[in-house]
Amino acid sequence: MFLWGSNAREAHPIWFHHLLKGIRHHGTRLYVMDPRRTASAQWADVWLGLRVGSDIALSNAMAREIIHAGLAHNAFIANSTSGFDAYRISVEPYTLAFTEPLTGIPADVIRDAAHAFATADRAMICWTLGITEHHNAVDNVLALINLCLLTGHVGRWGSGCNPLRGQNNVQGGGDMGAIPNKLAGFQDIELDPAARARFDAAWHTTIPPTSGKNLTQMLQAMTAGEMTSLFVIGENPAQSDADVNHVEAALRGLDHLVVQEIFLTKTAELAHVVLPSTASWCESEGTVTNSERRVQRVRKAMDAPNGARDELWILSEIARRMGHDWPTPSAEDVWNEVRTLAPDFVGGMSYARLQEHDGLQWPCPDEAHPGTPFLHERLWQTPVGGMPAPFSLVAYEPPSEERTPEFPFLLTTGRRLESYNTGVQSGGYDSPLHVGETLDISPEDATRLGIAGGDEVRVTSRRGSLVVTARIDPALRENLVFMTMHFPDEVNTNVLTLDVSDPKSGTAEFKACAVRVAHVGTPVPERA
Amino acid sequence: MDIRLPDAAPTIEERAAVDAVIGSPVSAWDGGARGSARDAHTATGGASVRGRRHELVPALQALQARVGWISEGGLGYVCERLNVPPADAWGVATFYALLATTPRPRRVLHVCTDIACAARGAHDIERALEQSVGSALSGALEGDAILMRESDCAWMHSPCLGMCDMAPAAFLAVAGESPSEMLLGALTSEDAVRICRPERSAQDDSATPPIPQLGDPSLVLLERVGVVDPTSLDAYRVAGGFTALAKARSMGAEWVISELVASKLMGRGGAAFPTGRKWEAVRTQVATPHYLVCNADESEPGTFKDRLLMTHDPFAIVESMTIAAFAAGCSVAYLYVRAEYALAYARIEHAVRECRKAGLLGDDFDIQLRRGAGAYICGEETALFESIEGKRGEPRSKPPFPVEVGLFGKPTVVNNVETLANVIPILLNGGAAFARTGTEQSTGTRLFCLSGAVDRPGVYEVPFGTSLRSLLDLAGVRDFSALLLGGAAGTFIRPDEVDLVLSLEGARAVNATLGSGVIMAFDRSVDLHDIVRRIAGFFRDESCGQCVPCRVGTVRQEEALHRLAHGKSIGGVANELALLEEVGVAMRDASICGLGQTAYAVVESAIKRLRLYEVTS
Repeated sequence: MFLWGSNAREAHPIWFHHLLKGIRHHGTRLYVMDPRRTASAQWADVWLGLRVGSDIALSNAMAREIIHAGLAHNAFIANSTSGFDAYRISVEPYTLAFTEPLTGIPADVIRDAAHAFATADRAMICWTLGITEHHNAVDNVLALINLCLLTGHVGRWGSGCNPLRGQNNVQGGGDMGAIPNKLAGFQDIELDPAARARFDAAWHTTIPPTSGKNLTQMLQAMTAGEMTSLFVIGENPAQSDADVNHVEAALRGLDHLVVQEIFLTKTAELAHVVLPSTASWCESEGTVTNSERRVQRVRKAMDAPNGARDELWILSEIARRMGHDWPTPSAEDVWNEVRTLAPDFVGGMSYARLQEHDGLQWPCPDEAHPGTPFLHERLWQTPVGGMPAPFSLVAYEPPSEERTPEFPFLLTTGRRLESYNTGVQSGGYDSPLHVGETLDISPEDATRLGIAGGDEVRVTSRRGSLVVTARIDPALRENLVFMTMHFPDEVNTNVLTLDVSDPKSGTAEFKACAVRVAHVGTPVPERA
Repeated sequence: MDIRLPDAAPTIEERAAVDAVIGSPVSAWDGGARGSARDAHTATGGASVRGRRHELVPALQALQARVGWISEGGLGYVCERLNVPPADAWGVATFYALLATTPRPRRVLHVCTDIACAARGAHDIERALEQSVGSALSGALEGDAILMRESDCAWMHSPCLGMCDMAPAAFLAVAGESPSEMLLGALTSEDAVRICRPERSAQDDSATPPIPQLGDPSLVLLERVGVVDPTSLDAYRVAGGFTALAKARSMGAEWVISELVASKLMGRGGAAFPTGRKWEAVRTQVATPHYLVCNADESEPGTFKDRLLMTHDPFAIVESMTIAAFAAGCSVAYLYVRAEYALAYARIEHAVRECRKAGLLGDDFDIQLRRGAGAYICGEETALFESIEGKRGEPRSKPPFPVEVGLFGKPTVVNNVETLANVIPILLNGGAAFARTGTEQSTGTRLFCLSGAVDRPGVYEVPFGTSLRSLLDLAGVRDFSALLLGGAAGTFIRPDEVDLVLSLEGARAVNATLGSGVIMAFDRSVDLHDIVRRIAGFFRDESCGQCVPCRVGTVRQEEALHRLAHGKSIGGVANELALLEEVGVAMRDASICGLGQTAYAVVESAIKRLRLYEVTS
């Protein structure tokens, strides 16, 4: 198990519990790639503490080592992939000696990790935001896919590349078409006219053949005055997005902001209209889809508080107020429509079957289909079924911001076990682990700056500044500091982060921004 | 593993003591100093560290031996080094009686107050120590123990030390830079005080035990005891040592097992399982590696035969273990010696070292030595595995049995010292010849530990089938009110039952057990009620607490016996006896291991065989 850019022990504790069964009882070896020696890394056989943003250098170096050591899966490459020669040439510069200073990882450790990955019977790469919250997020993912193609660790049970989803239904949101360029079942709006025609016919309308905007593009459009109205469903961008001062200004500039929520979040406070809705995991019916593509039924367990309305009712009612005579469908009606419009994807998943099988993994095209435990099995057919899988050429780029004399620390952000995202759902509960936000700093830096644990420090980036309590953490090395975004009301970490984002995915580079840290006296009774 | 360590730091001494046993840290991530560029970017751990869990108890023992107790800082350092959660390590440290988690003086005299010593003057020693040194140490000390002087001392009560042949006895443990431990025998009150204080040096008396049958040509298991220098490999070889191993190697493993089967050798640890069948069962297991464990955690009150064999014939144990490992296909063996047998451990350690030097151990087979830490329950074979693995010595549920899932989850042969001692004569003389000694069902000779009201206490070797009467005559037992046969888990025998035949079937015929070969005689000066209560207290103290019948039952049993002793029975004596029966049956039927299953045996025999609690108004 290569856990790359993920502190799953804290951020995905339930999933990590399953991983621990493998580690403790079935001989699973764990490699963790993370700049910090996290709780997850402490379980690892080997921790590779790469420099922030050097993931592509590391993966390309591993690839070069695998190729030169003769450990590439040549038969698989020949049968099932394309673009290998160009890839081989592209990774050639990434010698161990070249890569060691880029990543900080000793050459022998990179070599051993490469050999372990290539020679494992089965190997899997799981990643999270340490890979995707970078300005080159998609390239990072492609670099990991390259490693799996190179070694044949894909399309077989127990192998492959897997992003760990941060919520119970992140996968489901994308599956259902909550992506600017896709319809339900990942059917492309611009490239698949036949799919579009099916939806047109079912919905008695014409779907524009152009992609919508992602969140970053929306914010740009709002700032430019091109987008004047926004409907936000269950998201808190005023606190969760990078460079939040900028986000808040954009939201305040809207003519009309509607927020559908279960809590009065910071974003909801800015809204012209707030629509209280049911909590989808206990007050309404439907399905969710988890990291392993398993569609599971969610059942209503309790009545919503007075005034909160079901999401389907809210959407239908808005349509009616806009002059469209929509009925209010049941969740099962909606689901059955998805099954007819994306039959190859979930056509075989009736509510009855989902109940019978405790959920099914897509694709599941017909009612006799058992679901699909792993993807890409076609790559092991000879000749390969469908298109060969392409290698992608990706090159190392440093983070958008690097350390400078003025901003000598690199701040990276992440999660803590006891809190969840902006704290909307976790901040209201008591926990002995809740200690509020801290700036985690290495013992070496703390000593150099005269900072003791519990001291107040001022953290400043090119975009903003805040005061926070310091916590000395041996998991960090010199010049690297860490914060979370769990307590935005007290310490709004995202005033520091930058909104440089990956043009391909729209994800912002939360994982790297240059800051300076200064002691503000011990202790300060009131926060600035 | 991600663990939270305590804030307390280890002292330099504690750090050095631990490092001496488990090696120095290799990086900042396992207790070393921060600062290297390599540590900033990589760390190793995982399976390689989890695989070191078995070093936990030796590391804790190193702290105990260095500073006399296990401080928070010391415990934290061990946890950091071996990646064990502190709560888990604390559970282990508090399990074992000889590991202290509260401050103790460096010099502690553990005075045996168990039945054999109690019958021979231990109470006088207690009183003398109370007057001169102070009350017995039990819980935490007042004040800052770090400031305690090296000369400070204390004394404690101890369960049976396996020195009944030299009762009354004590165990002296001195922590420090050069720690020392020794067993003291035939102790007077005056010497106990002077040694404790310390005003007098002492030496290990287990070096010079009584050997009543010395020179008897019929001895087999004790043939070399007291005759051959136990510290010399050459002397052992001159006496015929390692010829059985050579024969085993030339004839092959299957031949060894066939001879063992022919000998009908039964395990001497108590369960009397055929040894040859056990070895064969492990030999044919597919899972690897196979382990051999020699159970030398001799702790049954009244038992001291294995101490004698280890102290005075250690090379024979190395040889017989090597043969067992050869036959059952074991590449690694563990020899687990009870903590208080300091000299026996030193002699075995020396023997293993000599054998390694001579090339007899080390290449394809080696013996790892482990010391107990003060827990009777670790004599139970699966508790012993847990202890070797670095855990609390809590017995496992069986099945699976050790031959399939034993030490580290692998097929394991586990034999006690006396059982293994029989292997050499079986191979040298043949299994059939061995089987001609003894009875049809109990072949060979058996070691018996005679103590208490005996003229010539000590270990006796007699063929199975010998009558109890003739053995008592041999040892000089004249007038007695009761015998304890088989140990704390055994039964009382009345004076009119001396025609009992000493064999497995002979004992079974009278609803008794030979157990570990204990024969302890009590004369009329001893109040048997006290003996029964002491045994009940022993089981209450030694219950591991894992299963309810034993954890609760041993307490209830002792309480009822106290009420009976003080004439405060609830609802009359008959009612208390009925309660004891009910609790005892529940323990026998429902406990996980033999401790709870036999905790009522002695009490039951006192009630039913001795009729100790009948109202004689």
